[in-house]
Amino acid sequence: MALLEVNDLHTSFYTPAGEVKAVNGVSFNLDHGKVLGIVGESGSGKSVTAYSIMQILEKTGKIVSGSIKYDGQELVGAGEKVMKTVRGNKISIIFQDPMTSLNPTYTIGHQLMEAIVLHTNRNKKQARERAVEMLRLVNINEPEKRMNQYPFEFSGGMRQRIMIAMALACEPDILIADEPTTALDVTIQAQILELMQSLQKELGMAIIMITHDLGVVAQMCDEVIVMYAGSICEQGTADEIFYNPKHEYTKGLMRSIPTVDSEGKKLQPITGTPIDLLNMPAGCPFAPRCDAAMKICLRERCQRMQINDDHQAACWMNVKEAMENSPEGGEEA
Amino acid sequence: MSDNQYLVEVKHLKEYFNINTGIFSSKPLKAVDDVSFSIRRGETLGLVGESGCGKTTVGRTLLHLYKPTDGEIWFDGKKIETKKDILEYRKKSAMVFQDPYSSLNPRMTVSDIIAEPLDVHKMYKDKKERQERILDLMAKVGLNSEHANRYAHEFSGGQRQRIGIARALSMNPEFVVCDEPVSALDVSIQAQVINMFDELQEEMGLTYLFIAHDLLVVRHISDRIAVMYLGKMVELADAAEIYDHPLHPYTKSLMSAVPLPDPKKARENKRIVLSGDIPSPLNAPSGCPFRTRCPYATDACAESMPEFKELSSGHFVACHNVDKIN
Repeated sequence: MALLEVNDLHTSFYTPAGEVKAVNGVSFNLDHGKVLGIVGESGSGKSVTAYSIMQILEKTGKIVSGSIKYDGQELVGAGEKVMKTVRGNKISIIFQDPMTSLNPTYTIGHQLMEAIVLHTNRNKKQARERAVEMLRLVNINEPEKRMNQYPFEFSGGMRQRIMIAMALACEPDILIADEPTTALDVTIQAQILELMQSLQKELGMAIIMITHDLGVVAQMCDEVIVMYAGSICEQGTADEIFYNPKHEYTKGLMRSIPTVDSEGKKLQPITGTPIDLLNMPAGCPFAPRCDAAMKICLRERCQRMQINDDHQAACWMNVKEAMENSPEGGEEA
Repeated sequence: MSDNQYLVEVKHLKEYFNINTGIFSSKPLKAVDDVSFSIRRGETLGLVGESGCGKTTVGRTLLHLYKPTDGEIWFDGKKIETKKDILEYRKKSAMVFQDPYSSLNPRMTVSDIIAEPLDVHKMYKDKKERQERILDLMAKVGLNSEHANRYAHEFSGGQRQRIGIARALSMNPEFVVCDEPVSALDVSIQAQVINMFDELQEEMGLTYLFIAHDLLVVRHISDRIAVMYLGKMVELADAAEIYDHPLHPYTKSLMSAVPLPDPKKARENKRIVLSGDIPSPLNAPSGCPFRTRCPYATDACAESMPEFKELSSGHFVACHNVDKIN
């Protein structure tokens, strides 16, 4: 049994303009100690997937259907009481913007201890010790002194370290990192990624890394999910996704990023603009922008198919190949 | 100046901002401190560095959006001094801003936004000519001419950036400062805009100062690259040279910190992770600003700022210990 099993998750936002299907049938498993990357552009539903797992959606958002199982326990519809024992304790999240995710009116120590007292049965003194220990773990100098300082006294990189310390204080099994380094500079990003990697090895937790930066994914992740317009186009090991992409969108993404070798050459961008989630087409959501689109792509959405043991993709281009590999998947499509 | 190879020359540029530290006291923030470089006609000079290093200030001061505290700016062999010079210079130069959301006036239609520089400088005879010019510009940046009377909020980020570029090109400039023009865009849209910059450069013979923090993007688009740290320029060289043979310890760590979109290379990549954070420019360290994070720092680094000198042809670096390190 996988640590986290997400099955056919649908999450919608109900706006005055209509229902926005932000997550549209997402399924994946996460095992102990693995790093899973979710990549996609803005509006692809990668963050909403994470917020659905934590059930911290905005009021207009709702999990419509599907199941999220943590360690065999169903979380969808489990109620706030259960979620409170999961959030922070079992699954933690860190956000993109370390500037706004800390409360400016409380000291760092207060905020760290609050999380520890709430989730464990430590008393205040023990919580303080734990907080200092956590700050030391994320390489903050003079942690005792730092405990009494306010967020504005810390730089962006240090605030993100504090967020990581807070998220890991209760030793969660899963850490969800929602664009943890997007707001940071390159050298600081390198520090944070290095820290996350070493902590992951030390504590053996699983990480869901949500990002738009393929570089970060290549560096951090064992497995990768590529999302477009609320659904998963492709999923596989990092090597499979980068060296053997099987969905036209992933291929397009790989072609459109500048690399060391692309100098002097033209990039090959994906044409057109991202899809309007209010008016989803019947077929493959990427079809309107896809150079290789066929008639069936506009008519019918392709199901995810097994390419090999480590790789799945939802693209009609692979139908033949997939049929040979797994006749069941082919028929379903 | 007879040497017309260079379109823009900057000599010992300084830009200090006065920051109030108390009711009666203030302190200069040295955003740009003694920076010199030149940009050849038709080339793209990339300017990279982390937040707070002064790269945006260089771009803005270069266009006289900020009055330089000290130093000289030469354009096309002519020193920019008087108000008249500045006005003439502004007709030949333009800027594309980072944020396509806040840099377009929400109350103006696309055609008014694009034509605003033309209106300011009175560059057309009649309304018909103005309209023709607008449609021409919109076609150039790949915008549908039917959208001329829409407002900016009706467009996506990538399209807004196209509007910003059309506005920058409306005066037929020779020199364009691009301040992080693609960093707010999604990867697939980013590539469209980068290609457009390339094509426009070929078509109109533009010279770019391309400011960005995404090093892969900068390498892709630039001929030469300059690296800044805390208001000082620390290295300047050809794009390939600076990536393959960086000399300054800061550039070395910067280049190694770039996350490569290639799992095998990323695993092999030996990152030089710097300890500590960038010091505040208000309390910049004495001597070389990088010495507090530099693994090779010596006493000499605390005493004086190393000279920005040409080590090999076209490769400038400012480091006391450059020979020892390499």
